Parts: sequence; structure tokens; C-alpha cells
Amino acid sequence: MTSGISKRINKIQFALLSPDEIRKMSQVKVITADTYDDDGYPIERGLMDLHMGVIEPGLKCATCGGKVDECHGHFGHVELAMPVVHVGFIKEIKTFLDATCKECSRIKLTEDQINSFKAKLSTVDFSSTDPEVIGSITKKVTDEASARAVCPHCGAQQKKVILDKPTTFREEGIKVTPKEIRERLERIPNDDLVFFGLNSSVARPEWMILTALPVPPINVRPSITLETGERSEDDLTHKLVDIIRISQRLRESRDNGSPQLIIEDLWDLLQFHVTTYFDNQTAGIPPARHRSGRALRTLVQRLKGKDGRFRSNLSGKRVNFSARTVISPEPFLSINEVGVPEKAARELTVPVSITIFNVENVRNLIKLGPEPRDEFGKYTAGVNYIIRPDGRRIKVTIQNAEENSKRIEPGWIVERQLMEGDIVLFNRQPSLHRMSMMAHNVRILSGQTFRFNLAVCTPYNADFDGDEMNLHIIQKEEARAEAKIIMRVQEQIMSPRFGGPIIGGIHDHITATFLLTHLNPRFTYEETVHMLSYVDVEKMPEPEIIDGKKYFRGRDIFSVTLPEGLYVKFKSKLCSSAKGQCEYEEDIRDTFVTIENGKLTTGTIDEASVGPFSGEIINKIFRRFGQEAAAKFIDRMTRLAVGFLSMRGFTTGISDYDIPENAVNRIREISESAIQRIEKLIEAYNSNLIQALPGRSLEETLEIEILSETGKVRDESGKIASAYLGLTNSSVIMARSGARAKMLNISEVAGMVGQQSVRGGRINRGYNQRTLSHFKPGDIGANARGFVKSSYKSGLNPLEYFLHSIGGREGLVDIAVRTSRSGYMQRRLINAFEDLKVDEDRRVEDTIGSVIQLKYGEDGIDPTRSERGELVDIDDLIFNLQEAETE
Amino acid sequence: MARFNVLKHEMVPEHSLVSKKEEETLLRSLEISKELLPRINRNDPAIKALEEISGPIPDGSIIRIVRKSPTAGSSVYYRVLEEGVFK
Ligand SMILES: [Mg+2]
Ligand SMILES: [Zn+2]
Ligand SMILES: [Zn+2]
Repeated sequence: MTSGISKRINKIQFALLSPDEIRKMSQVKVITADTYDDDGYPIERGLMDLHMGVIEPGLKCATCGGKVDECHGHFGHVELAMPVVHVGFIKEIKTFLDATCKECSRIKLTEDQINSFKAKLSTVDFSSTDPEVIGSITKKVTDEASARAVCPHCGAQQKKVILDKPTTFREEGIKVTPKEIRERLERIPNDDLVFFGLNSSVARPEWMILTALPVPPINVRPSITLETGERSEDDLTHKLVDIIRISQRLRESRDNGSPQLIIEDLWDLLQFHVTTYFDNQTAGIPPARHRSGRALRTLVQRLKGKDGRFRSNLSGKRVNFSARTVISPEPFLSINEVGVPEKAARELTVPVSITIFNVENVRNLIKLGPEPRDEFGKYTAGVNYIIRPDGRRIKVTIQNAEENSKRIEPGWIVERQLMEGDIVLFNRQPSLHRMSMMAHNVRILSGQTFRFNLAVCTPYNADFDGDEMNLHIIQKEEARAEAKIIMRVQEQIMSPRFGGPIIGGIHDHITATFLLTHLNPRFTYEETVHMLSYVDVEKMPEPEIIDGKKYFRGRDIFSVTLPEGLYVKFKSKLCSSAKGQCEYEEDIRDTFVTIENGKLTTGTIDEASVGPFSGEIINKIFRRFGQEAAAKFIDRMTRLAVGFLSMRGFTTGISDYDIPENAVNRIREISESAIQRIEKLIEAYNSNLIQALPGRSLEETLEIEILSETGKVRDESGKIASAYLGLTNSSVIMARSGARAKMLNISEVAGMVGQQSVRGGRINRGYNQRTLSHFKPGDIGANARGFVKSSYKSGLNPLEYFLHSIGGREGLVDIAVRTSRSGYMQRRLINAFEDLKVDEDRRVEDTIGSVIQLKYGEDGIDPTRSERGELVDIDDLIFNLQEAETE
Repeated sequence: MARFNVLKHEMVPEHSLVSKKEEETLLRSLEISKELLPRINRNDPAIKALEEISGPIPDGSIIRIVRKSPTAGSSVYYRVLEEGVFK
């Protein structure tokens, strides 16, 4: 088990592999391109030679004698018939060719220059200095040498070397073969190598031209046997086959004196194969393909990018003790909880160390076997594995449960199944902010999905149209404690982004609290009991007695969820745009939500009170009473909302957008008159009668005026439509309360869709001088440029539909472009910031201890604890002081 | 043309040189060694402007930067002058 590297890395040195070294570390010289013989046995000196390791059970490594799991493979090598360029060093080779003389191969610097640069470079310690710093110095030197047209040593006239990408060098149009390049590089004296930043004791420039190629161990490129019994080789093996084949043909052609042309062709082909062996996405050459047409995944592809070794296997790996499944909503769970399906809970385990204190309990647990249930058939946790002190794992089965329960002793570890109340991490990708991964308490539920409270959709940015999420079981006590203290959902209610709540009621929660509190409606005793049965109430609100019957007011019912001692006053969303008297509230005081000692006295509870981002009640409860109280409020408020809607009912449909005939006619009239006004504007423009706006051309002026005209009619039609759609209309209720959609969306459905745009202007693309062939060339009228006078409900005519789609596509493209770009930006930021930390003095440091900021954010303020980015909420302070005085 | 002094611009925070005498007490009060402070490049326009006023500033000098802040009123930051911080 403990084979492999067990040494500590002290130092890393980068160097070039010399052909000699390649041969020295090689265990076999591969000479045939074949892999296995007819019996399926590796061919000697072939690409699967047993000297390079074993992947088949039963066979033994010919080099070390190890079996499959013991031998980690050995290199072989191939002798190339002719030298080829290594693509990875193209830039360096070019620099060498440019900066040295064609004839004498000295660096093209005068003796004086050599001495002064040498003096400068001797002050640099190559082993400890930042490679970029060394690079910037050597670049200066080589640039100067490259610029010289005559060699200062032998006086030879220099020809310019041009790199014909990816791997061909030309001198005045004539190709310089890799062989010639190698000869030139070989002649460069060791003393000149410092100027290129090369350490002559470990690297020679000619080693950048390959004469021998290492063949990686078989473990690096294992072949797989398909179900059909057919063998399928790794992409690298395929590529090596190509290289060996061509190298052989090239050797034969060269030796039997084939025409130069054929030799050159084969040489180029060998260069192609070696190049694509290293990097199959080299610019300028087509990628090598598999027979099926799939591009081969060669060395660079294995390392690079999102699916490469680094990002996919080293920075991020697959983990144990995790689960992934579809999510669905469960309003009866607290925001701190997550529902885990039984099936997952049976598989996920928590390690428990046996001590003298818990040994009896654990014994009883093991006795129950791996799938215990209580007397009601309900899930209870069992034990999956027992781990002995020597690390051996024993699987618990029904048969061995009894026996195993007796074996455990203090010092052993058992892996216990998930229990109600366990703390787990829950995550939805993309994990863009810290609220994307929060700690929840487990609730074991039947079914197949993870479930959670709807208020937690916002921080995860989750919906239930098939979204999946991941669950991670914490394995250590420290991690469990940390998760509980800093990662629990209730600790994350306040967003560090804007200093307000990011967890709050959504959609129906807002609709419900709105209907419950707007104009303070009256409910019967039965209705009230129904609603409150969803919440764990301590006592009923004060009733109003009318004609001997008990009634309850909506605001009093809502107050049940509020903590005692809460005083808040703010404007509700419904009346946020109104100045003075709000048309929706009878009493001017009702435009304000007023909460006195935990009693809602005036105002309508809507998005501004309980929604995420704006929710002022959540904000104030969190500030004054802490996260526990805030979480409790959200739990109870969302439950009350569900209880209310289950009593009242709520629906929406196309009939929400019915407006009377005469309203439709009026909208048609105003859109017709707008089109006519636009015609007039165009006429005026054509006869040069319009005045250009300051800083605008006549064309721009015309466009601006037309756009303002179309904007005006859309607003007007919206007004006409909404005049008939009041707060009895479900869609309007949702829009006004902030539950979903805006009034604009409603007027688009009921009234008119309006002008479509691309890049902020009217639609202006398609055919020559017109958007569609249905219009005359040069037509810049309303219809030809994307003015949609129909409503979504009445339906768009084909021309409108097409132009509307053009506008719609812009939005889609925007989103696609934005997400990929912001994703990359986010990645760079995270990589830059990931290991910065804030210390006890709020100083921000990196891992070395270098200071980034003396005080976090330069003010030391945790934005999460700020009042929406401000230090204090003055209005709130004053209100609270006044209340305290009147008391 | 008279050159504009960047330090006079309202968006540029106040830069000043920490005197050699003051340095030691400052570092002690910050409980930090000089190498761990953030650095500033000699080519920074603010340094050029400072040098124009107070003459050449040697490498390793500490520059005090006072920034206005809506939350903290003003915040003080220190950067050490160093050759070739950025390329
Ligand atoms: Mg979704
Ligand atoms: Zn071996
Ligand atoms: Zn020469």
C-alpha cells in the first residue's frame, strides 16, 4: 500500500533532456510500431514491450519484476531517423538563430558588450531570482544581438530567419532543415549561453532539436479492452505508432538513396507527427485525428484547460462522502434544514471514534444491522463499516451485525449512517459567492430528491426545473464546528455584497403577505385557525367581536410572526413611487409599514418587507435580535404565507389580461396616430425640415425622436390597459407586490409590445437598405424598423414576429457572452484572492505575511454587519428613540 | 505648457513621504517589517510628482497615502518605494 514516492521535495531544477539522457533512462529501444502479437502478448521491442511496465494482471515487468500494482512503469525511447524540431521550444530556437552568427555561431555582441552584460548577469542569482526578471534581462541582450546585421566576430553578413509557423524556419525563402539548425546550435559556445538565460551545465540549445524521443511508460497510456474483446489503444500510443512508422520509412528511403523530394516529404510528415504528439492544437496545422474523426488527445491536451490534469485532477477532484440529486421545494422545512432521501442517507456516513463513553451506544447501533428502522418503520441510522485500529475495514451485514457489535472497543472507528440533525454542506454550482455553499441540518425524508425551504433559492440561485445540487458530509469535529458557527444558513442571511438580507420570501410568500395585510382585511375564526395552524403560534391574536362573532385582522395575524420588541418604520414597495398620498392605501399612514413592539399597525407587507435583497423586516430583526430570530421569522413567515394561500387560493391566467373592447380600440388608435407622427417626422427629415439636436447628426436626431415617440405610445397604452386592471387582478397583485413581473410585462401582454431594438437602436439590419424583402428599399417607417403595435395576447403578425425575434435574440446572445466572460473574470479574481486572510487586527495578508490592506476594506468594516453599506440607519435610530420616549 | 500636478487632482489621494526619523516608530506601531508592506513603483505618477516637489526620494522610503473614505472618514496606507515592482 505504501509504495511510491516517500521523499520530501527540497528543490526543483528545470533543465533540458539530452538525447544521451533519454537513452540512459530508457529501458528499451522501441523499433517496431506494433503492439501485441496474435496471441495478445506484447511484442518485444514494440510499443507495449514489457520493459516499459505492465497493465495486465498475471504478467510481470521485465525491468523491475513488479506485478501490475507494484510497477509504476519505465521509459523507453525511439531513435528518430532524422532530427525534428520540438514545438515547445520554437520561440527559444528562433531567439538562438536570430542572436547568433550563421558562420561562427557566436552571439552577435562585441567583446565590450559581452563584458558589460556578463558583469550585469553575474549579479543575478539564477536559482533564486524570479524567472520573469531574468527573462526581461536576457531579452534585452538577445534583442540587441538579433538586431545586428554583421557578425562582430567573423564579419559574416547575416540573413534574416523567418519562422513559418508552426515549425519551419526559412532564410531568404530557403528552408533551414532541423539538421542544419541543430548543427548551428551545437557550435554555440557554452560561455555564450548565459545571455539566453540557459544554464550550460544542465542544458544545451541543440537538445531542443530532437534526435531521440522518450516513450512514456505503459501506465501512462494503458490500452483498454472493449466488451467485444477488441483492444483499443491510447491516443498517445496511436501517435507513437505513427512516429515510429514514418521514422522507419524515412530511414529506409534515406539509406537506399530515394529522391530528395520523397525524403523531404517524409521528414515533414515526421515533424508533423512529433509536433502533434506534443500538442495536437498547434496553430497552423490540422489536428491529427482518430479514424472516427475525433481529434487525438495528446500531451498538451492532457494537461491544459478545464478538463486537463491541473484543473480537473489536481486543483479539483471527485470526493467521497458526497451526494448529488435533483432538488425540490419543501415549505415545511426550516431554512436551516435540508431534506435528504433515505437512499442517500444509507450510503453517506459519519465516522465515530469509539470511546469508553459511547461504546455501549455504538454496540447497540451496530446490532441493528445496516438498514434499521424504528417501531413505526421510520428510518434510523445504522452502521456501514467498522474500521479496526490497523485500518482494516469490515462491512456490516445483517448476518455479521450481532457478532461485530461485540468486537468493537475504544480506539476503533465506525462509519455511522446519516442521522437527523447532522450538519452537512449543501452546494449548487456555479459557486459564485460564499452563499453558494452553506451548512444545513439533515432531515431524512422519503422520496428521491434533496429538499429545502424556498427562501433559500435566492442565495443558491436555484429553481426546480431540474436543477441538481451536491451534498457533502463533514468528516471531522473541527470542520463540523466551523460549519455550524460560520456556514449555517442563518449565519448567511446577510449578504456581504450589499449589507442586506439575501434570504427572504419569494413569489407566493410575497403575494400572500401582501393579500394578508393590504387594507388590513378581516378573517373569520375558522380561516384564522387554518392559517395559524401552519405556524407554531404561542397565542391567537386579539379578536374583533362583531355581531357576537370573532374576527381577526390580517395585520394582527401577520404580527404573530414578529418578535416582541421590534420597532420599524419604512415605506412599502406598493407605494414606493407615490409622492404624498398613495392611490392604493386609503390612509396616508398606510403607505408606511409601521411595526410597534412587534405589532404591525399600518402598511402593506410586500417585497420591501420580506423579500430577499430589500426585505427590511428581515434586516431589522437580524440586526436587533440576531440570526436565530431572523431565521425563525423567515421560517414562520413563509409557513404563514403558505397557510394563507392554501385557505384563499391564488391563480393567474390569460383572462388576467382581458381589457374592454373600447380600451383595445383606444390603444389601436394611439398606435396608429404614433405611426402617422413617425411618418411626419420622416417626411420632415426628407425635406430637410428637422433641426439637428446638439452633437447629433440629422439621422441620429430623427432616430431619437422616433424612439421617444414609440416609447411614449407604449407607456400610454400601458396606462390605458392598467386603468382596467386593478388590485383584484392576480397579475397586477404579483407585479405591485413585487412577487413576480413588472407592470411593463402586463402592458406588453394586454396593451402593446412596442418598439423592438438591437444595440439600443431600432432594428436596422437584414437586406440591403431594408429589414425584410416585404418593405421597399429605404423604408425607415415604423413597421419596417420593428415597431410592434400588437400585444402578446392579440398575437403578433408575421412581420412583427420576425422583428421581435431579432430583438429577442440579442438578449440571448448577450447572456451567453456575459456569463462566459464574467466566469473567466471570476476565476482570475478567485485565484488572486483565494489565500489571502484577515488576521485578528483585521489586517489583510497573503501567505507570506505581506500586507494587502492594513485594515480590511480600509475601514475594517464587515459589510455583512453594515446597514446596506452604510454605518447606521439614521431614520431607524430616530424612530426607535421616539418610540422609546413615548413608552 | 505647465504640467499638471497629479497630486492636486481630487481623485488622487494625498501622498507624502515618511521621514527617516519617523520610520522606525511607524514600523514599530504597525508591528511590521518594511519588506512586508505593499510596494510602489518609482515610475508611479504620484512619486514623480512628489520628487518634483521634495527632490529625489531614495529606494526603500515609505510613502504615506491618506485616502478619503465614506465609512472611515479617512484611511491611512503605507507603501514602500521600490525599483522595478511592475514590468
Ligand atoms: Mg434551473
Ligand atoms: Zn517495472
Ligand atoms: Zn560570426
